[in-house]
Amino acid sequence: MASYTDKAGRPVVVVTGMGLVTSLGQGKDDNWAKLTAGTSGIHRITRFPIDTMRTTIAGTVDFLPESGRTAPDLSEELAQLAAEEAIAQSGIGSKGNFPGPLFCAVPPIELEWPQRRILAQEAAPNAAVTYDDLLRAAEANGHDAWHERFLYGSIADHLADRFGTRGQPISLSTACASGNTSIQLGVEAIRRGDCDAALSIATDGSVTAEALIRFSLLSALSTNNEVPAAASRPFAKNRDGFIIAEGAGALVLESLEHALARGANIIGVVEGVGEMADSFHRTRSSPDAKPVIGCMRAALADAGVTPEDIDYINAHGTSTPENDRMEFTGMTAVFGERLPNIPLSSNKSMIGHTLTAAGAIEAVFSLLTIQNGRIPPTINYEIPDPAIPLDVVPNVARDAKVNRVMSNSFGFGGQNVALVLTGEPA
Amino acid sequence: MSNRRDVWITGIGLVSSLGEGLEAHWQALSAGARPVIDETGFAPYVVHPLAKIEFDAQIPKRGDQRQMEPWQRIGTYAAGLALDSAGIKGDKDILGTTDMVVAAGGGERDQAVDGAILTEIEKQSNPDVFLNEQLQSNLRPTLFLAQLSNLLAGNISIVHGVTGSSRTFMGEESSGTDAVRIGFSRIAAGTSEIALVGGAYNAERRDMLLLFALKRLAMHAPWAPVLADPKGVPTGSAGAFLVLESPEHATARGVKPIAKLSGVWSERAKRGNAGAVEAVLEQLVKEAQGSGTEPGVTDGTAIFSAASGAPEPTKAEAAVLARTGLPVRSVTDRVGHSLEGQLPVALALAALAVSQGELFAPLAGEPLEKPFEGTLSRAIVTAVGHWRGEGVALVERAG
Repeated sequence: MASYTDKAGRPVVVVTGMGLVTSLGQGKDDNWAKLTAGTSGIHRITRFPIDTMRTTIAGTVDFLPESGRTAPDLSEELAQLAAEEAIAQSGIGSKGNFPGPLFCAVPPIELEWPQRRILAQEAAPNAAVTYDDLLRAAEANGHDAWHERFLYGSIADHLADRFGTRGQPISLSTACASGNTSIQLGVEAIRRGDCDAALSIATDGSVTAEALIRFSLLSALSTNNEVPAAASRPFAKNRDGFIIAEGAGALVLESLEHALARGANIIGVVEGVGEMADSFHRTRSSPDAKPVIGCMRAALADAGVTPEDIDYINAHGTSTPENDRMEFTGMTAVFGERLPNIPLSSNKSMIGHTLTAAGAIEAVFSLLTIQNGRIPPTINYEIPDPAIPLDVVPNVARDAKVNRVMSNSFGFGGQNVALVLTGEPA
Repeated sequence: MSNRRDVWITGIGLVSSLGEGLEAHWQALSAGARPVIDETGFAPYVVHPLAKIEFDAQIPKRGDQRQMEPWQRIGTYAAGLALDSAGIKGDKDILGTTDMVVAAGGGERDQAVDGAILTEIEKQSNPDVFLNEQLQSNLRPTLFLAQLSNLLAGNISIVHGVTGSSRTFMGEESSGTDAVRIGFSRIAAGTSEIALVGGAYNAERRDMLLLFALKRLAMHAPWAPVLADPKGVPTGSAGAFLVLESPEHATARGVKPIAKLSGVWSERAKRGNAGAVEAVLEQLVKEAQGSGTEPGVTDGTAIFSAASGAPEPTKAEAAVLARTGLPVRSVTDRVGHSLEGQLPVALALAALAVSQGELFAPLAGEPLEKPFEGTLSRAIVTAVGHWRGEGVALVERAG
């Protein structure tokens, strides 16, 4: 009989439901089929004019009703769809009654240009428009709904209402590591005994023109515009930046005891979570990769396993020259001579970088990899980078028995969080 | 929930319109100083401007300061004060294991660029193309990083070397409550030894006021005390960080607590239901009263209110506070409302008063603020969000 506690005597935390939406489509089945077929979701941007843009491609989600509305509207819809799928699979609670807290990673939210333009037109000053004009129009013209819509907490608040999660939901951001942090907070709450179950969601539907320009100004984005599907090239020599993208991932986390007691189907175990912040620079990682190494080692230690126990790595693999080199350096230190023999892939080669949502989406893909015994490829790997020799499962999916996965996420602001995931508990 | 252990507050960093540091705040509060208010600079709104701060004292590199917008500077500065106060500034071993939970908003914009675009955009044949051109030529590349919520934590890592872990919560007032709650819970459960928790807000921004103005929730001049006359949110620039620590960890390095953090609770009333805020807050306050070292004792207890001033929730809060019969002090009346930072600010002032064993005098015009003599041994902090989220914290005299 399975033990309810792990090697450290803490409650074992299992995953009993997962959901996701990416530019490849809605739901696990569609996404998994396309991901393992090496299909790219990256396409030419149609949401806004691209005439003068240095980057004209993205992995936007354009097939939903809220696509092209505000970032919080689309982010909320993405999160809702992913969570509905996860909760349905889990069978936990009852409709509108989820027996645990919500941890929800959300993108930056602020009033957007369409709203600013409406306020400016309403104010109609004779001279140059200032924020005083916008303030006057805001007070006078009954745009009450915008107040709530553009608060940071509104997405999670609406989701908490819809799914009936317990207590005050936590909205969070650790930039591009946010998805992993949403899982980490759920794991910690269950291990502390604060709750038996938690809903972790990470969502990002924030590809607006201004968001694209901001990343572009930081020289973070690929400009391989000609063939969108071939632009994201993690770990390849000709990689030149990440592809901004949208999506959401959701996981139902439970204590093993709670899951077994209700006869739930267990998808996998979150064995370990590791974290270490980097104090080197706002956007760049410490050149010695110490924080990334520390983060991965902390995840292994938290799981109570050794590097030898990892048989697949779901890499952060953004396709920026610097990230992929730094991730290689970090993995080399942690996995040593074995590294070239560990299959590793970057889902971002196909779905782009879903920013806030990436960690949760990639955790779902990692568990699907274990479940299906099939490793999704890193596509667009045509020119290996001799400086970072890796088995990236190039271009074609590979059948392999995978017992335990490490999934990495790193973000601006020195954020590093790694997960160790495994299949059904022994 | 077994094996809980005590959580000590061993460091506090605070900046507001009243000054910087615990001493300056205590002096101002015990002298009964009037709140510092600007009623003209952002007319018709009331804001509490940040006291003059020499940022170099905590953020020595000018390059670092330039990379931050004011809210990040305020927070990074307050975090530095907290680390100084706890005696761990520059201690690489401890900072390398210090867990950070930051409550943050973000989004301070380049208002000049926005204004220039809005002035011209409707005259263009293709407004969207014009917008993209303008943004590409006029946005400062680094402004993005000065807007990102998690870059306050990022700057604290860079400037002060806090790297144990780093999490940023958003969601207005409740993010401040939950940042403290998660830091507290991890130490109480034995999975963290020392944590830096807090938040910061820059009120002196029209783009920040705009969000409140959309629902006519920003306080218009003249200023009024929020519990007696909740007519809007009087935003205030402020930053507060607390160092939370296990007694074992603190004792091992020879440090005594400023106060004991005995509990943090958060909830979410369904605001659409009549009476929901009152019911939820009442329950939370009861829970706080029933916790702590001597459950149920109200002698020597005061309430520190972080009320927003938004009419409906503040009226509900005032009703609950009145029913407790406890002496109340409005933190918001004294330093304004700093949104994500407000619970940390109120908790900092509550811990300060408890450590002094005294409650400062009532404010004229705020009848809920009853005089209090004797020793203050505990304080309950109430934090009711201007649109959502109710929270309570309990701080007690240590030892």
